[in-house]
Amino acid sequence: MKMTGAQMICESLVKEGVEVIFGILGGAILPLYDALPQYPQLRHILVRHEQGAAHAADGYARATGKVGVCFATSGPGATNLVTGIANAHLDSSPMVAVTGQVARPFIGKDAFQEVDITGITLPITKHNYLVMDAASIPETMKEAFYLAGTGRPGPVLIDLPRDVQQEQAEFNYPDRTNLPQYKPTLQGHPAQIKKAAKLINEAQRPLIIAGRGIIISGAYAELKELVEKAQVPVVTTLLGTSCFPESHALSYGMIGMHGMAYANLAVDAADLIIALGMRFDDRATAKVSGFAPHAHIIHIDIDPAEIGKNVHVDMPIVGDAKLVLKELNKLVDKTKHIDWVRKLDEWRKDHPSLIIRGGQSLLPQYVVRQIYEVTNGEAIIVTGVGQHQMWAAQHYWYDKPNTFISSGGLGTMGFGLPAAIGAKVGCPDSTVWCIDGDGSFQMTIQELATIAQEKVAVKIAILRNSYLGMVRQWQELFYGKRYVATPLSSPDFVKIAEAYGLPGLRVKRREEVAPAIQKAMAEPGPFLIDFIVEPEENVYPMVPPGAALAEVLEEPRKGAKAVKDSAKLPVSNI
Amino acid sequence: MATTKHILVALVKDKPGVLNRMASLFRRRGFNIESIAVGQSEVPNMSRMTFVVNGAATMVEQVRKQLDKVVETVKVSDITGDNVVARELAFIKVKANSANRSEIIQIVDIFRANIVDVAPDSVIIEATGDEEKINSLLNLVRGFGIKEIARTGRIAMTRGGKGPLPVQKKPPRTLAKKQKRPTK
Ligand SMILES: Cc1cc2nc3c(=O)[nH]c(=O)nc-3n(C[C@H](O)[C@H](O)[C@H](O)COP(=O)(O)OP(=O)(O)OC[C@H]3O[C@@H](n4cnc5c(N)ncnc54)[C@H](O)[C@@H]3O)c2cc1C
Ligand SMILES: Cc1ncc(C[n+]2csc(CCOP(=O)(O)OP(=O)(O)O)c2C)c(N)n1
Ligand SMILES: [Mg+2]
Repeated sequence: MKMTGAQMICESLVKEGVEVIFGILGGAILPLYDALPQYPQLRHILVRHEQGAAHAADGYARATGKVGVCFATSGPGATNLVTGIANAHLDSSPMVAVTGQVARPFIGKDAFQEVDITGITLPITKHNYLVMDAASIPETMKEAFYLAGTGRPGPVLIDLPRDVQQEQAEFNYPDRTNLPQYKPTLQGHPAQIKKAAKLINEAQRPLIIAGRGIIISGAYAELKELVEKAQVPVVTTLLGTSCFPESHALSYGMIGMHGMAYANLAVDAADLIIALGMRFDDRATAKVSGFAPHAHIIHIDIDPAEIGKNVHVDMPIVGDAKLVLKELNKLVDKTKHIDWVRKLDEWRKDHPSLIIRGGQSLLPQYVVRQIYEVTNGEAIIVTGVGQHQMWAAQHYWYDKPNTFISSGGLGTMGFGLPAAIGAKVGCPDSTVWCIDGDGSFQMTIQELATIAQEKVAVKIAILRNSYLGMVRQWQELFYGKRYVATPLSSPDFVKIAEAYGLPGLRVKRREEVAPAIQKAMAEPGPFLIDFIVEPEENVYPMVPPGAALAEVLEEPRKGAKAVKDSAKLPVSNI
Repeated sequence: MATTKHILVALVKDKPGVLNRMASLFRRRGFNIESIAVGQSEVPNMSRMTFVVNGAATMVEQVRKQLDKVVETVKVSDITGDNVVARELAFIKVKANSANRSEIIQIVDIFRANIVDVAPDSVIIEATGDEEKINSLLNLVRGFGIKEIARTGRIAMTRGGKGPLPVQKKPPRTLAKKQKRPTK
């Protein structure tokens, strides 16, 4: 059937099962928008800034596991997407971004609103396309969705000159891609899996570090089976949070710079690390030369380029976490590691990383804990970037799979609100809380208008500490308490919400916290709470920059000193 | 970290932007590419690229894996330690007159190079060989006055039967369609 390029894009989106598009239009993408009304099954959500479109598509993708879609016009529309695309790229989030481009005769002439967006996004996309004729749209769209969603997921950008959107061509949607050279390895190598099982069966102090790859591959049940069958304790990365029930007896929380002291000590003492779908980011490993000094490392990851990139790996298995674990589970013995687990429990008791001080002041950790209590731990939590992000990860117990959505790799302030919109649109039946910082929130605050216009029932908790708190913490600890450019004044967020037509509350005292959260939950629509929290609260535990995981600092008010020196650890008799 | 010279060969789909994608993976790590040579391979619509770079072995291996991930890439191999034949081609335009032309020809003969153009005031020498050979030739003719140099950069192939890159039995589907059937 003959149709215009614009119609072909829409037809392809329908064929790919797309339900929602986040975007903002402009001249160069107007033909595509003009075709949208012919496809009522495609919901378009108008955002207020293209960064919000990309983050919303990203949040949607993370919450649903489906490919998120965003549209932007040429030039400034496309460049505004860049941060959101980079964010999706670093956290392996599947996304297709469609940008308008100037008409073909104008390309390369510095035409009005022309930028080389395929050039700009080359290092931050899994792949990108400049489509130079309408006839190639079906194949391009098929490939784009396939590449975005398979293997190690990531963002794909399609740049569409305006006249290509208007050009007529035959539409035949291919049922398969023609990418013989692109073959992600899914099944792990049987011999490697066998050797890995042997290592696991022989280990005295095995430890699983589970990452976002578990969530991407949906390997929750397989991970649980391995943990329970071989009785291996589990820690996670920040982005692995919610890949394993945190109230499980063998769950020991997050590792890394702001991980639990006992989790970091476990890494330090383990004799075998089983790394599952995690990429040894420097925030997770701390000083690499001091990482897991006594352990052999098994690394299971879908991306061969991650193997051996940051740490030396003894037993690499390239493949999909779910498929590899299925095979591995058949070969591991039913065992117990009683002494090892007892040791970890002791550390957990001796180094309680999650105690909230009593007293009157409204602590941000307390707010997070109350959100946990009131939501029964069943909400999807989406965060900004900073201290509040760490507290949201630490003080909420994630028992339901895939309920923690956060910008890890790029650490993008402003991710929270638009990503929460995407998550709520993708999972309308779940409660979605955006736990944001006063700084982060103001980077994409305009998306409150999107929430109002589209009636997206996101609940927003702002932990207002009147600082760019995470950076202030660094200034306090490492820059002689010189608070340069971190004090932050903010408007009255409740009035702001009101101006956007949203209800809100301001909370200053502990006893008001739970009732306010309950009120927000009782409200069918969106709700904002401005929590005025202790300004100079710090995130602990903390591994200082340049230190190893075992040199973790605990809350100084309880006596700040390194918990354990790895050299002094009685490893042999654990 | 100690850097060494590496030769990487790649088989890639011949699409716009591929060279850019590959080169940018070196650029972002601050690698200086000593030479790149790109040309058709034995498979229609597939190019072969040869990169010569200086870098730490672990870093080069990381780049190789990243190059392998570029969607158009079929395969990338580091053939540095292999038994390879490696050559580059150079054109050297040297000032020449009737008085010294025969002297230049003598040098060219020693290097088994060729004179491919003779003008009243210059000659063009065509030389093939490894970089050392071409550098020595350059040194010898420098005294006459060099007007222009063009060098291709190295291409390389492993000796003997099986190469480092997979042999493509048949070209991919759509690419095959584009090829016309031979008419008898
Ligand atoms: C302020 C701040 C503080 C932070 N502090 C910490 C901290 O204390 N601790 C911490 O851990 N992080 C911390 N981070 C986050 C950190 O920067 C990284 O984003 C995070 O560690 C990455 O986690 P990951 O490796 O599990 O996930 P990703 O970076 O998403 O990597 C996922 C991995 O899984 C693989 N994969 C994908 N799909 C599959 C599949 N199907 N099967 C198998 N493998 C697959 C991918 O190839 C990749 O290697 C912090 C971030 C910020 C902004
Ligand atoms: C876009 C962007 N700019 C700057 C930073 C550096 N940065 C990291 S955390 C932080 C402070 C965040 O402040 P806020 O959102 O108020 O959170 P808090 O740490 O106070 O909880 C800053 C400026 C960043 N991560 N992202
Ligand atoms: Mg703040």
